[in-house]
Amino acid sequence: MSVRIQQEPFDFGAECDRFAAGRSDTGAVVTFCGIVRDDGGLHAMEIEHYPGMTASAITAMVDTARTRWALTDALVIHRFGPLGPGERIMMVATAAPHRADAFAAAEYLMDYLKSRAPFWKKERTAEGAHWVAAKEADEDALSRW
Amino acid sequence: MKLDVLYFAWVRERIGEPRETVDTDATTVADLVRELSAREDRYALAFSDLSALRVAVDQELTAFDAPLAGAREVAFFPPMTGG
Repeated sequence: MSVRIQQEPFDFGAECDRFAAGRSDTGAVVTFCGIVRDDGGLHAMEIEHYPGMTASAITAMVDTARTRWALTDALVIHRFGPLGPGERIMMVATAAPHRADAFAAAEYLMDYLKSRAPFWKKERTAEGAHWVAAKEADEDALSRW
Repeated sequence: MKLDVLYFAWVRERIGEPRETVDTDATTVADLVRELSAREDRYALAFSDLSALRVAVDQELTAFDAPLAGAREVAFFPPMTGG
């Protein structure tokens, strides 16, 4: 299990390759990559986080996922700092003997990362800068777990 | 007791600093919020709608009625937008 909080980019392909390599106890690997989306006029997205809390909060989510699904491994990478449109923000990878567990754990981790990991996004456009508001739908998504 | 109080995102911008050390007798987070809000307008403004805020005590998410006994660090921030 690995949780990395970093400013620098990560190589999504290389991370997926490394994560999937050399496993004989695993029949399924699920990966997700989050990308900075430009809905029109986005110059940059700045991601702030709470350094003392971020890694421990995400590690706790991974630990909970391990108690609920038969995971053989999990990886979360999340970036902070200024990011441009199209840049990769974060990734989740889960490994399990069977795919249902790998898919469910990846979705669970994504839902919790959205609303319970201490990150805040600020979008810069030609009109100025604004903090991205949390969506009610993201909060509601937690109720299914 | 001395507490490190941290602010993130627009809470940090409204208060004008990322962290400070506060000498307080507050027994709950809500007490601390009242104490800070009474200090200056920038705090009162930042804390005017608690439903728009989240709080962590010693880096664990908690509620505004949480006790502060033994706490070292309190952080205030808007709902999180990770992922």
